[in-house]
Amino acid sequence: MSAGERTGDSRRGDTRRGEGRGGTPRRYAPARRAATRTGQYAALLGYLVFLAFPFLWLLSTAFKPPRELGSMHPTWVPEAPTLENFRQAFAQQPLSVAAANSLLAAAVSALLAILLATPMAYALARFRNRLSRAATGWVVISQAFPLVLVIIPLFLILKGLHLVDSRIGLIMVYVVWSLPFALWMLTGYVRAVPRELEEAAAVDGAGRFRTLVSVTAPLLAPGIVATALFAFITAWNEFFFALVLLKSPEKQTLPVVLTHFLGAEGVADLGPLAAAALLATLPSLLLFAVIQRRITGGMLAGAVKN
Amino acid sequence: MTLATAPRRSTAPAADRPARPRRDLGAWFLVLPALLPILVLSVGPLLYGIGLAFTDAQSGRTQATRFVGLLNFSDLFQDSLFWDSFRIGLIWAFGVTVPQFLLALGLALLLHLDLRLRWLARALAIIPWAMPEVVVGIMWRLVYHPDAGILNETLRGLGLSGADGRDWLSGPATALPAVIVVGVWAGMPQTTVTLLAGLQNVPRELHEAASMDGAGAWRRFRTVTWPALRPIALAVTALNFIWNFNSFALVFVLTDGGPGGRTRLPMLFAYEEAFRYGQFGYAATMGLAMVAVISVLLAVYLAGRLKGDDDR
Repeated sequence: MSAGERTGDSRRGDTRRGEGRGGTPRRYAPARRAATRTGQYAALLGYLVFLAFPFLWLLSTAFKPPRELGSMHPTWVPEAPTLENFRQAFAQQPLSVAAANSLLAAAVSALLAILLATPMAYALARFRNRLSRAATGWVVISQAFPLVLVIIPLFLILKGLHLVDSRIGLIMVYVVWSLPFALWMLTGYVRAVPRELEEAAAVDGAGRFRTLVSVTAPLLAPGIVATALFAFITAWNEFFFALVLLKSPEKQTLPVVLTHFLGAEGVADLGPLAAAALLATLPSLLLFAVIQRRITGGMLAGAVKN
Repeated sequence: MTLATAPRRSTAPAADRPARPRRDLGAWFLVLPALLPILVLSVGPLLYGIGLAFTDAQSGRTQATRFVGLLNFSDLFQDSLFWDSFRIGLIWAFGVTVPQFLLALGLALLLHLDLRLRWLARALAIIPWAMPEVVVGIMWRLVYHPDAGILNETLRGLGLSGADGRDWLSGPATALPAVIVVGVWAGMPQTTVTLLAGLQNVPRELHEAASMDGAGAWRRFRTVTWPALRPIALAVTALNFIWNFNSFALVFVLTDGGPGGRTRLPMLFAYEEAFRYGQFGYAATMGLAMVAVISVLLAVYLAGRLKGDDDR
């Protein structure tokens, strides 16, 4: 997917046409090509606007003073940009506590998910048997059933263990919830490590464990990091389980606390709402930007080539 | 995201037999740390949840939960509110999945070309993906806001003053289309990226050959690109439909099912039933009814997937 990559459609084809090897009659080609290009750029522009405008609006709203927010004719760029909304946001809701809760839940669950999933992913990639087929089937099924069917029993189970309204309970759920995806990605990364490398180490007399630690693990490290960050983002963004499982305001995560800004009748203080939403999004946006290529790459390796 | 599971070659050759018991033991040792939590907190609850659908379980009740057979199911069949929400769920899932696919396909084809600003489109396409759904919902509430929103202001600017003060999310006629637009926006990036990967697998030589034979863009798409892309397109569409049918957070934040239940997706309905009214058994029955629909779709997806494999 490199940026400079050229695709089959454009120039080469035209050069050949220019050489008179048949195809579209030559005299029409340049005009038609220009028209096509214009159309393509127009379409791309449309997509850019569609993709960007809600986010730009969020950005703009977050920095507007109350006076401008109350105006009947909102402007794109705040005339008197202010940080007041951010201060207000922290004053209205326990945002720092919520951020700490989110950070804890996301970091711990991502770490645990990786620790549990990596060995299994290794086994799934290297030993193909009934278990690995069952596990793959489970990954597919677990993506497909409605969460309500799982959350009710989970709620009852956790209640029995006195882990409802507890960060530990939420983390447990997040770990299990992110396992299928972690397995999926990690299995792909393990498959990408050539078996021959491991076999070579084995021939050199290294045991299975040493082979794993000294040969396979270092090669897997980037994939493991990407998977962990992705699990982190998923937990950081998660809403449904947190909504159901956490009742005490001091335990709730950011997405749940954000909905408190909306108020009972949907009447919201727009400035602080936008400011808080923006803050809640920054960590996942930044991390995603860092690992984006690996995520899409890892996911696609599984999706396309499996 | 999971897209595909092609059939696998089966186990090791017979020559390996003597070594197998030890190897399998090793495999179990690697697998158990993840398998146990999955069984206890994922497979177990799922089975428990299916069982709950046949009981009168309620939250905070003192009497013991009883097995009630198919009573919940017969109640559900007569629950017109649930069927309304089911219908809304299907409209929503179709309404989001189809335009999402078409738009994503268009964007993927554009990004596959050698265009300037392509990097920007790619970067922007990541934003909806990385954002918490709750933030996506909040963001679009700001866009749709009757006075302070950019949508009405833009319409005003275009001379469509009829939109003045219109609250898209609370109008009975506009609420569902308005949330569908958000759903399309939020899910487009993943679909685009997947289709883009599919496009990169389309043999370029075929494309060039077709181009030399004088095939126009549309013919090349139909005869070369689409056949190669079809299995992925089918898989991604089926899974998107399932996810959309099951979605919760986005609409919860945008409308909470309102106005008057017009955007009450099945998941919102089941959530209310379980956690606002405490009807655990009945809500589980709803979940099971949703699974039934999803299973049909999954079967279609798998059938199509297998067919796609045969075609290769």
